[in-house]
Amino acid sequence: MDAVEHSPNTPLEYQTETGRLNILGFWIFLGAEIALFSTLFATYFVLDGRTAGGPVPADLFEVKGVLIETFLLLTSSFTCGLAIHYMRRHSLKGLVLWIGITLALGLSFLGFEIYEFIHYIHEGAALTTSAYWSAFFVLTGTHGAHVAMGIAWIALILIQLKQRGLTPDTSRKVFISSLYWHFLDVVWIFIFTAVYLLGMVM
Amino acid sequence: MANNEQTHSHFPWSHVIGFALSIILTLFALWVGFESGLSNTMIIVVVVALALFQAAIQLLMFMHISESEDSKYQVGTILYSLFIAVAVVAGSIWVMSFGMDHMHMPM
Repeated sequence: MDAVEHSPNTPLEYQTETGRLNILGFWIFLGAEIALFSTLFATYFVLDGRTAGGPVPADLFEVKGVLIETFLLLTSSFTCGLAIHYMRRHSLKGLVLWIGITLALGLSFLGFEIYEFIHYIHEGAALTTSAYWSAFFVLTGTHGAHVAMGIAWIALILIQLKQRGLTPDTSRKVFISSLYWHFLDVVWIFIFTAVYLLGMVM
Repeated sequence: MANNEQTHSHFPWSHVIGFALSIILTLFALWVGFESGLSNTMIIVVVVALALFQAAIQLLMFMHISESEDSKYQVGTILYSLFIAVAVVAGSIWVMSFGMDHMHMPM
């Protein structure tokens, strides 16, 4: 291990040079993700209102469903933060418990989102209905696909935690996946605001 | 390593405060949208500002963007990509706003 110039209080994930550089590298990846989502948001805004005589968003969006999804994801971001808090206090049990809760909340979010999409398709708003709904499904679907990938990724890390316990390696992986999870909540904040809230109000 | 626990407080205050703020900001954005009676332009400005504030809370209180030795690179990367995002989104809306007088524009 190339652990040298750190104080004993440095969190495990920062104790190796590899850990530090991996975390920095992941922040740069998140920068690229922001650029990716910005193109999808730009497309969505440009195609806003181009519903080609089909269903309009205000007819289909419902405050209740959107709020449930928002609070599920917000809470999962919070519990993911708690997991890191316990990891830094070297509590494997606390870490695993809160990560488990995070995954359960993430799965419920995904369930509600899939239910919402199916409902829209039944109401006649599908990917091919109009430019607006194409942009809507690509933007929210890309976010949903990220959530699904995050759940699979974190589940795999959970297995590794069970096998290897808390090491600089596993804690680096947990920390990086937590950054990814919080980032998905950040993207959702903007989807909630720009797509759902403004879609219902305007 | 054994006495590490003293350096982190037992109760995760910053997480709890960040979570409470996120919920309050979400509900406030909802209120601004439906009940405040502001003009459409003002509603857009206020709810986007609230979203940016909430994103900053996630970055600072949950993602600890400023904690590591590399924090200035991390913050720099995110600020730069934010600039890209604003340029892409605002630029696209601006460019596509020309010659659309005959079409229905939501704003």
